[in-house]
Amino acid sequence: METNGKRYQPRIIGFLCNWCSYTGADLAGVSRMKSAPNLRIIRVMCSGRVDPAFVLRAFRLGADGVLVAGCHPGDCHYKQGNFKALRRAMFLKRLLREFGVDERRLRLEWISASEGERFAQVTNEFTEQLRALGPLQLAAQPEAAAAAVQEVAAQ
Amino acid sequence: MEMISLKIDGKPTQVQDGTSILAAARPLGARIPALCYHPLLKPFGACRVCVVESRGTAGFELVTACNTPCAEGMDILTDSPHVLAARRVVLELMRARWPNVSILKELAAEAGLTTPRFGSPKKDENPEACILCLRCVRVCEEVVGACAIGYEDRGMRRRVVTPFDQPSEACIACGTCTSICPTGHIKLVPEDYRGKPAEFLLGPNTAIYMPTPQAVPKVPRIDADTCIHFKTGGCQACIDVCEPGAIRHEMEDEEIEVEVGQVLVTTGFGLFDASAMASYGYGRLDNVYAALEIERMLNATGPTGGRVLTKDGRTPRAIGIIHCVGSRDENHHRYCSRVCCMYALKFAHLVKERSHAEVYNFYIDMRAFGKGYEEFYSRVMDEGVHVVRGKVAEVVQAAWTGRENGTMLIRCEDTLIGRFREIPVDMVILCNALQPDDQARKVARLFGLSRSPDGFFLERHPKLDPVATTTDGLFVAGCCQGPKDIPDSVAQSSAAAARILATISKGAVEIEPIRAEISEEDCSGCRTCNPLCPYYAIEFLAEKQVSHVNAALCKGCGTCVAACPSGAIAGHGFSDRQINAELEGILAV
Repeated sequence: METNGKRYQPRIIGFLCNWCSYTGADLAGVSRMKSAPNLRIIRVMCSGRVDPAFVLRAFRLGADGVLVAGCHPGDCHYKQGNFKALRRAMFLKRLLREFGVDERRLRLEWISASEGERFAQVTNEFTEQLRALGPLQLAAQPEAAAAAVQEVAAQ
Repeated sequence: MEMISLKIDGKPTQVQDGTSILAAARPLGARIPALCYHPLLKPFGACRVCVVESRGTAGFELVTACNTPCAEGMDILTDSPHVLAARRVVLELMRARWPNVSILKELAAEAGLTTPRFGSPKKDENPEACILCLRCVRVCEEVVGACAIGYEDRGMRRRVVTPFDQPSEACIACGTCTSICPTGHIKLVPEDYRGKPAEFLLGPNTAIYMPTPQAVPKVPRIDADTCIHFKTGGCQACIDVCEPGAIRHEMEDEEIEVEVGQVLVTTGFGLFDASAMASYGYGRLDNVYAALEIERMLNATGPTGGRVLTKDGRTPRAIGIIHCVGSRDENHHRYCSRVCCMYALKFAHLVKERSHAEVYNFYIDMRAFGKGYEEFYSRVMDEGVHVVRGKVAEVVQAAWTGRENGTMLIRCEDTLIGRFREIPVDMVILCNALQPDDQARKVARLFGLSRSPDGFFLERHPKLDPVATTTDGLFVAGCCQGPKDIPDSVAQSSAAAARILATISKGAVEIEPIRAEISEEDCSGCRTCNPLCPYYAIEFLAEKQVSHVNAALCKGCGTCVAACPSGAIAGHGFSDRQINAELEGILAV
């Protein structure tokens, strides 16, 4: 999709776990691998820390996609946090469907600390996918977003 | 058991029923020579050298002491004129057939014999001739249980043979027959040393062996998979011969649990199986060796005593050393194994010195990276070792001239002169790549270690923290972390040891400030968080009806924070407020 001669740039929030995916992203960086600049990363200690509310809030604040990335199953630094992330992601996808949000806008990936290449690949793929899906059109978006910002600020 | 009284050489004695005369007489100091008798074996009575005189009520008779049981009231003479005369004739007949066997010479001299009066149609002048005592056949059957040798034919034509006179597949190359042979007729020839695993990679395999010639502690071990005792429950010959009584077959593997605060993982590397590169002929062509096999061959305590020999025992005229077998190869391992260039040059130096062969090194890039390494490279070049820059295409069996066997051609491109070359060699040495150990995946799972894409364990930071891992108290050193040579392994493990000692001497552990804390006021006591914690850090305070986080056990993963329905858990460093503010910030534009 092109508007005003510029390509549409989706906004993606990435919750990356400190031990695997964040390190993997770092590796992609130090290895000078090309990845889309659309991903805005928030570091969490574990993918299990990702509260479903964070994901919903991200969409409300105007994100077009959310990536949750953790260690491979069995490799979690905190033993089983990624399994909890998996369960929450499955639940979230159902919830998003009910809200009328395409469930492909939420993506859960396992990226280990050594998989810089995979990180770059996932980022690029997801960006392309969201580009194809187009911007997220939430009903009464500007007001809702403004309200959400207010609400967060009030907390 | 019933005791029996008898007299031996006039001395009264008492023995258990069933004891042979020989066993009863020897402790009393009687000199009864014997050839076919051996304490480990059942008596056989073949050599007749052990004859003694037994005086009974019906006169006297000559009996073989080894297989005649003692009987009540026997009167045995071991050196009467009858005995000596009979023994002399037996020995004289044996000497007529085997005149040069030293044990027969000694016994004959003892019996006062010089030259035998008789001739023999089957005279054998070999000083190590087989005298048909058949100790070897019997020990192989009764003690070892392998039944690898037997005898054929009868009388003058009797021979000790393997079945059908072919190399015996039942033979476990234990060497018992060699050691029990009184004349040295049987020899253990280290001929086919490939294919028999022990002595690291070359050399014969026995059930009880030294792990390596330089093993520390220098104590033999029993291989339960090949030990006859563990197969049949019999044998235990080692117990009979071990005077200090150090052998105990009933010992079992035991698992010992040790409580530790820190772990250093130094599980080492595995070796690339060179037979995966079929074009190099490893395992298919006789004189293609892997690096560690050559290392054994060059060792003075190795199977060839340090000599460089082809499989048929010749000194090679030309040797090819192929670098980067399985490493720096898109089809196998992309990384450089790091140590191969230098040990390949060491091999070049040693095999040239010992065999005076022409030595060719086939390399991609020569990586003499360490202190003094480049100088060694120059020295080896000065010694006249040839180096060919180019990856070897294949090793083929081909005669140099005429109809030779076991010679090969190395076909490769010499990229420096830009030409295809075929180089004839007698021996090929493959420098196979270092690779992660087969068990690395299991070890990684056990300790929660990460592995890099090549499969080696991942350090915390390649430059700033090369010995620690992402888990506190867990360190890595040596080739399990990546290919490296001995100096580098020593340096890395010393660093790890220092890190471990630093924590021990401090006596206290610093924990991360990132952890969860439950606000008692907000906690509803629903206990949702309790089973979520992988470290069992959350306890439920029954009297206050709230959950509580043990700060020392909490690792700060935040799983409980995300799950708390009343938002009572604060994840320090990653609180809801902080993350929401981050979200707001990065989505503001």
